[in-house]
Amino acid sequence: MKMRSKLVAVSSALVIASCGVLFLGQRVNAAGEGKITGTVKLDGAAPHMKGIDMSKDPYCVKANTASPAHLQTYEVGASGGLQNVVLYISEGWTGSATASTEVPVFDQKNCMYSPHVLALDAGQTFKVTSSDQTTHNIHPLPNPMTGNIPWNQSQPPGAAPIEKAWKNAEVIPVQCNIHPWMHGWHVVVKGPYATTDANGTYTINNVPPGNYTVTAWHEPDQTMTQKVTVAAGKPGSADFTFKAK
Amino acid sequence: MRTRLQTWSLLLGAAVVMALAPASFAQLTKYDLETRMGTESHVGNTTGHAKDAKTAYRRYCVGCHGELGDGNGENNPYLDPKPRDFQLGVFKCRSTPTGTLPTDQDLFDTIARGLDRSNMPQWSTFTTQERADLVAWVKHYSPRWANEKPGAPIDIPAEPEITPERIKAGRDVFARVQCWKCHGVTGQANGPSAATLTDDLGRPIAAFNFTEGSRPKCGDSDRDIYRIFMTGLDGTPMPSFADNIKPEEAWDLVFYLRALMSQHSKEKEMAKKLDLKPVNPNAPAGQQ
Repeated sequence: MKMRSKLVAVSSALVIASCGVLFLGQRVNAAGEGKITGTVKLDGAAPHMKGIDMSKDPYCVKANTASPAHLQTYEVGASGGLQNVVLYISEGWTGSATASTEVPVFDQKNCMYSPHVLALDAGQTFKVTSSDQTTHNIHPLPNPMTGNIPWNQSQPPGAAPIEKAWKNAEVIPVQCNIHPWMHGWHVVVKGPYATTDANGTYTINNVPPGNYTVTAWHEPDQTMTQKVTVAAGKPGSADFTFKAK
Repeated sequence: MRTRLQTWSLLLGAAVVMALAPASFAQLTKYDLETRMGTESHVGNTTGHAKDAKTAYRRYCVGCHGELGDGNGENNPYLDPKPRDFQLGVFKCRSTPTGTLPTDQDLFDTIARGLDRSNMPQWSTFTTQERADLVAWVKHYSPRWANEKPGAPIDIPAEPEITPERIKAGRDVFARVQCWKCHGVTGQANGPSAATLTDDLGRPIAAFNFTEGSRPKCGDSDRDIYRIFMTGLDGTPMPSFADNIKPEEAWDLVFYLRALMSQHSKEKEMAKKLDLKPVNPNAPAGQQ
């Protein structure tokens, strides 16, 4: 008897607590739009990025004669700004998982992926296009155990765009088997995100006031985190410095 | 002595751990598998039951595919290609679009057919019921079957009559979608991208060589060949061409591929009469 009353007490406390969390979440959502900004830098000199031998495919060689292609692992801009870093809220995001309505494009251009790193919200639709006059196969490699299912589709010259979405948050390598140097990333997160530009700067928009943990991801698996507070009318700020691996 | 609070926090902690357990995607355990022992398969009028396949799997399959179905059986180190990891739920031979689960019939056919150029033999000695049970057993290894339905099999129109025009048209498709990048202009698996091909787990893999007399991995009939390039072989570099080859053209390509094969065929005769040359990889688009 005593046991049962305790159980009821505990479970009702849990229910009340979870209702409270839901209520708070909604209130924070309605409180308007803040943002998180910052700069990501690379510590020390930028590592040399090797050139890519595309001699397998004369079309690719020709497409890159003007500016020879090189690996894109570290794209370092003026004053050490690091490009292609994905920033997202890893803790404290209570917003519902309403995917962004924007449809980002992952293009195959001059036998490279553009962008090299594509950040996405779970469930967000994206388009894969080809600007090339050569056949590509677009072959993302998620871990099927996460609920994201690998697929592999061809895109010969002039092929229609492919529309897809990823179900769950995961860092997914993307490759072309025909052009083995083609490596890109789909970084699927939950909630708002940003990718650093050529100067290493970023802005995560649509962040309601609150306390968050921001994670910065750089390929292949480097991550750093920081606590950030966003107040009404005052954007949060977080700068990161990565070390070259 | 343990206080009441301690007991409760322990219980609560256990409850939290149990609630979180299904959310993690760690290696499957025997316990997970026991809970899926009710998995069924439906092939024609036969219903297969995973629990009835236990003995057959232990006897015939476990040596390569392993107790947990992850392909890590005791023979694994000596095998190439490696046995399938059933836990991933990714299969080469499907009638369904790329990125979807195969149908029960697909798995049933694979068990019967075996996989050419691998250590997977034909298991045609099993009865229909035994094979259906094994299909259910294979499915019980992957959580995908609990969360997803198999894809809808692709439509394959009736096979048209083989004509020289169709073989020629098939050659144009071969050139346009650039099959030769891996398979080579003569089908000898010596295209410019052939040497660097790897499967989804990063292991080297060869493109199919049409000229050495071996059978395509997922079946040897015209319909099988149609299906292979329209659905792709998931887990390998072979992509799906369903979006880029129309059904009519697909039959043309099947006939041209037959002409490339070393086996005697009507298509090969016709191609010979036409004096059909291999495609020219350097020709501008549409000018073969």
